[in-house]
Amino acid sequence: MSDVKVVGFVCRLCALISSDLGPPADVTIKIETVELPCAGKVDGRLLLEAFEKGADAVFVAGCPEHECMNVKGSSRARKRLEHIKEMLDQVGVGGDRLVMYNVSGTHGPRFAQIARDMAGLLEKLGPSPLRPGRPRKETSQAI
Amino acid sequence: MIVAEIKPIEEIAEAIKGAKKVLVAGCGGCVTVCLSGGQKETDIMASALRMKMKVDGQPLEIETATYERQCDPEYVIRFKEHLQDVDAVVSMACGVGVQFMAENYPEIIFVPGQNTKFAGAAIEHGIWEERCMLCGECVLAKTGGVCPVIRCSKSLMNGPCGGSQNGVCEISKDTPCAWQLIYDRLKGQGRLDMMTEVLPAKNWSKNRDGGPRKIVREDVRL
Ligand code: SF4
Ligand code: SF4
Repeated sequence: MSDVKVVGFVCRLCALISSDLGPPADVTIKIETVELPCAGKVDGRLLLEAFEKGADAVFVAGCPEHECMNVKGSSRARKRLEHIKEMLDQVGVGGDRLVMYNVSGTHGPRFAQIARDMAGLLEKLGPSPLRPGRPRKETSQAI
Repeated sequence: MIVAEIKPIEEIAEAIKGAKKVLVAGCGGCVTVCLSGGQKETDIMASALRMKMKVDGQPLEIETATYERQCDPEYVIRFKEHLQDVDAVVSMACGVGVQFMAENYPEIIFVPGQNTKFAGAAIEHGIWEERCMLCGECVLAKTGGVCPVIRCSKSLMNGPCGGSQNGVCEISKDTPCAWQLIYDRLKGQGRLDMMTEVLPAKNWSKNRDGGPRKIVREDVRL
């Protein structure tokens, strides 16, 4: 499982601060973080691109909704994630691979918890179906 | 503007099955404003289709291109350079754009990426509502600027009907009674006497009932 890759889009006002220590030693998955000025900056293109470029799971971490520094950034991010999760279900990648976390900036251990949580999720789901070598469904030629 | 909504990915994927190279064509007009077929949604659709086809074992080359409109020859011509060796185009424009592109490039297979819904307005960011049925003979001057043809569920020209309760239409508590809106507007303007004027039966031959319509402006023709 150690070659699986997780991309995390993290708000620099909260989650980035708590990600300072990085993932704990017992988590072997790779976590690549992308800093955002606010979780509300995340859009569907970024999330899908992360999957297309090889992420097995993606998370977005923003402030707790009622404490969002940009008032609605976190709740906007959550709604966008819901939309993209539906799309991931439709394309067969699976919406479960996209997760939203709400993290307070003063809560360091939370990032370690997220890392373990993502590792657990990938243990359950396995690598992304977009990876080469994964079994493919048979389909016929129409055009 | 014309308001549309993205089709399910499965439906589009099914329609382009077997294609090796596809262009997802965005439209910078109405569908950009209603956030369903502009450049951003076109990129999202391309990404989703690439993933879907890869998961299904039919990897597909997908390009994107977005121009101002797909319902004007000036912009339609610009897509030409993107159509070399594509097997199909998923058009993210409304039904007009899809058809106009298809007419201009008869050898190419066009697939609609949207369900085209109605002529409407953005009530607030993220909410669109139908406002006009394109009936061909507008009566808004007589109805206080509220359209009874599309906003009254029964298109009554002299309402309200008995289903109007507390300002709401009987079809749903979320649908205001158009004739209540007309009454309120005219009352506010001190023009309530207009409610007593009987509007004649509508001439539906100006609507779709008269067949496909056409407007010719000789003064601007080249
Ligand atoms: S009367 Fe006809 S043209 Fe005028 S707003 Fe209603 S449907 Fe549209
Ligand atoms: S209640 Fe109002 S909107 Fe509904 S059908 Fe009657 S007149 Fe039309």
